[in-house]
Amino acid sequence: MFYRENGQFKTSYKSDQQIFAIPQDRWAILALIVFAFVGIPLLVDEYLFRAILIPFLILSLAALGVNILVGYCGQITLGAGAFMAVGAYAAYNFLIRISGMPALGAILLGGLTAAAVGIVFGIPSLRVRGLYLAVATLAAQFFWDWAFLRVKWFTNDSSSGSVSVADIELFDWTINTPTDKYLFCLGILVIFSLMAKNLVRGSIGRQWMAIRDMDVAATVIGIRPMYAKLTAFAVSSFYVGVAGALWGMVHLGSWEPAAFSLDRSFQLLFMVIIGGMGAIAGSFFGAAFIVILPIFLNQMLPLVGGLFGLEVSIALVSHVEIMIFGALIVFFLIVEPHGIARLWSTGREKLRLWPFPH
Amino acid sequence: MHISKLAGAIAVIGLSAALTAPAALAQAAKAPAKAAAAQPQFFPVLAYRTGAYAPNGAPWANGFVDYMKLTNARGGVNGVQLLWEECETGYATDRGVECYERLKGKHGGATAVQPLSTGITFALTEKAPVDKIPVITAGYGRSESQNGAVFGWNFPLVGTYWMGADVLVQHIAKKEGGFDKLKGKKIALVYHDSPYGKEPIALLQERGKMHGFEVQLLPVAHPGVEQKATWLQIRQSKPDYVFLWGWGVMNSTSIKEAQATGYPREKMYGVWWSGAEPDVKDVGDGAKGYNALAMQHGAEPNAKVIKEVLEKVHAKGQGTGPKEEVGQVLYMRGLISAMLQVEGVRAAQGRYGKGKWVTGEQMRWGLENINLDQKALDALGFAGVMRPVQTSCLDHMGSAWARVHTWDGKKWNFTSDWYQGDEKVLRPMVMLASAKYAEEKKLKPRTPEDCKK
Repeated sequence: MFYRENGQFKTSYKSDQQIFAIPQDRWAILALIVFAFVGIPLLVDEYLFRAILIPFLILSLAALGVNILVGYCGQITLGAGAFMAVGAYAAYNFLIRISGMPALGAILLGGLTAAAVGIVFGIPSLRVRGLYLAVATLAAQFFWDWAFLRVKWFTNDSSSGSVSVADIELFDWTINTPTDKYLFCLGILVIFSLMAKNLVRGSIGRQWMAIRDMDVAATVIGIRPMYAKLTAFAVSSFYVGVAGALWGMVHLGSWEPAAFSLDRSFQLLFMVIIGGMGAIAGSFFGAAFIVILPIFLNQMLPLVGGLFGLEVSIALVSHVEIMIFGALIVFFLIVEPHGIARLWSTGREKLRLWPFPH
Repeated sequence: MHISKLAGAIAVIGLSAALTAPAALAQAAKAPAKAAAAQPQFFPVLAYRTGAYAPNGAPWANGFVDYMKLTNARGGVNGVQLLWEECETGYATDRGVECYERLKGKHGGATAVQPLSTGITFALTEKAPVDKIPVITAGYGRSESQNGAVFGWNFPLVGTYWMGADVLVQHIAKKEGGFDKLKGKKIALVYHDSPYGKEPIALLQERGKMHGFEVQLLPVAHPGVEQKATWLQIRQSKPDYVFLWGWGVMNSTSIKEAQATGYPREKMYGVWWSGAEPDVKDVGDGAKGYNALAMQHGAEPNAKVIKEVLEKVHAKGQGTGPKEEVGQVLYMRGLISAMLQVEGVRAAQGRYGKGKWVTGEQMRWGLENINLDQKALDALGFAGVMRPVQTSCLDHMGSAWARVHTWDGKKWNFTSDWYQGDEKVLRPMVMLASAKYAEEKKLKPRTPEDCKK
């Protein structure tokens, strides 16, 4: 009923291979993007922009990067926070040390630096796998945490290790209001998501997935594991690095290494696991789950308490928030170990067959 | 196709409804209480009552809220009542920023905000000039924000970490018998590895260069319960003094480790955030002899204002937190932080109209023109608790005084005279660091003319 596909015929390979093969999906996504660009800036207030939507967009981008590595290439990483930090600090250094450097250029160069660092820290993946690799990537986290805290050159000799940048500009557009920042991040996210979707559908993405599913078999059919794994590390770190640069320069404006701590790495990995490994949409679901849900719970609980005439203290709210959040993670992992993205696609399949799903 | 479009439209409407509902709620919250003349002043309270730093965060918040309750019981500020709302940050920067964004627009707009976290202060420093809400960081925050010309909206009232570290160096120099005696000495700084803990490093290194003492830096990772390696290093290098820049559980862990390694507690000096009851209580006798800075006040259970709080707030069952903690060090810190912001409102009302609601911008003027002389302090019940404070547009710290107090196993006792930071050392550092910040942010420092506005 919702997906009536009667009369839709694919008459060319092109139409069969497009990203959203079903017109309903295509229109819905287009409408969503248009709404995100036009509707949300008209409707939403500053709080939602600064506290929820901008962090959500940037962390979605980072989760997308982690998903390429973990979900598509099967290389577990616990160093995502470090690559975010590399992106942020590299972008900062490009911006202040090269006069006349445009902000967008600095952000992209920050991403490229992170990609280079990602290749270096991806080298162990050629020899170790699975949990062992996760532990090896932890080295990246600890190394860069240490470097940005101790090596003064990276932070331009700041006394406390924290750095700050001025409002960034894109050509003549000074990005300083929350709406500007939101649109800027959204633009980057849309372009990068499209790139990611096409990468994973293409030859390189198939190589990654072959490596993920069984690397010996992949080698036998002629896929070079070194090339496939290191490109996955590079592309993933590029995404994560750009997200880190945005997090520092657009969202925070002034940051310290603690903004990219080990907690951040775990957070990104959980986003991918809960959202859905090996699904682009999963990155968005995961980011929404991790970013928005705690804040939502934190705001809802006092209201719920108010309904029953209870004065809820902030300490209690915070405890209950953590408990419910933890319980929901367990619930989702039991109900659908493949993540929210799988729930979504199952739901969609059912809608296509509705009213007689089987 | 028709149905699909319909489905799309429904999805869009649903989404927009979902997104606008919270916005509408926020709008509704902004609207009320415009009519009456004496609209209450709203203060967000960014507290942390959970997590590793709760033992220290909670008493601060209790004192902070109790003083606002007391002010309301005293009849407000020239009749203007105070209003506040707590939000739990857990000492995490991103949650703190979220709390700030959530609360800043409520009830006509926040008058001032006090984050009680150096990390959150760094983040809010970027937002305050846009939102025009002063950020008060009494005794913490970034030290260079003392320069009001560059940091127009930051108020590290009554003390910065550079000033605190300077006072500690002065104190040990006095103990040793002069600054020249510091030559060749070794001071270890055990610090929380965050912007907070790193603040004093610049000053200690500067002082170290001046007097020829060596500074050994020993970072401790959040939350600070794992310090075995740190204290092993101290046992090996045997520093002459240990300065402690810790917070929350890290403080008591440090003192316990000092006890375990046999480092004399008499040679340990904490900053004012490492010198309160929760830090030493559990160690008890083991902490005997441990020293810490007292930013103006120490534990003041006999102060007049504390008696008033007990009588007008706690006796009526309105108290925040346990009654036994009223008057303790961190409770007093919260109380004084609240008092300074209340006096900021009063100063602003003095210029913009008594009994009127003040905006964030007017509040800034008020905070820049705080003039609490001894008479005013006595009237507020702070006699003997703190010394007079005067701020100006260019000096956002104001007159800063500190003492050293020592734990005797049961309570804190003052063991030194009053000190002040050495302006000859501090001023150039503040100017240099703030000029660098202005350059990075492409800011134009305020001129004395701007200050008059």
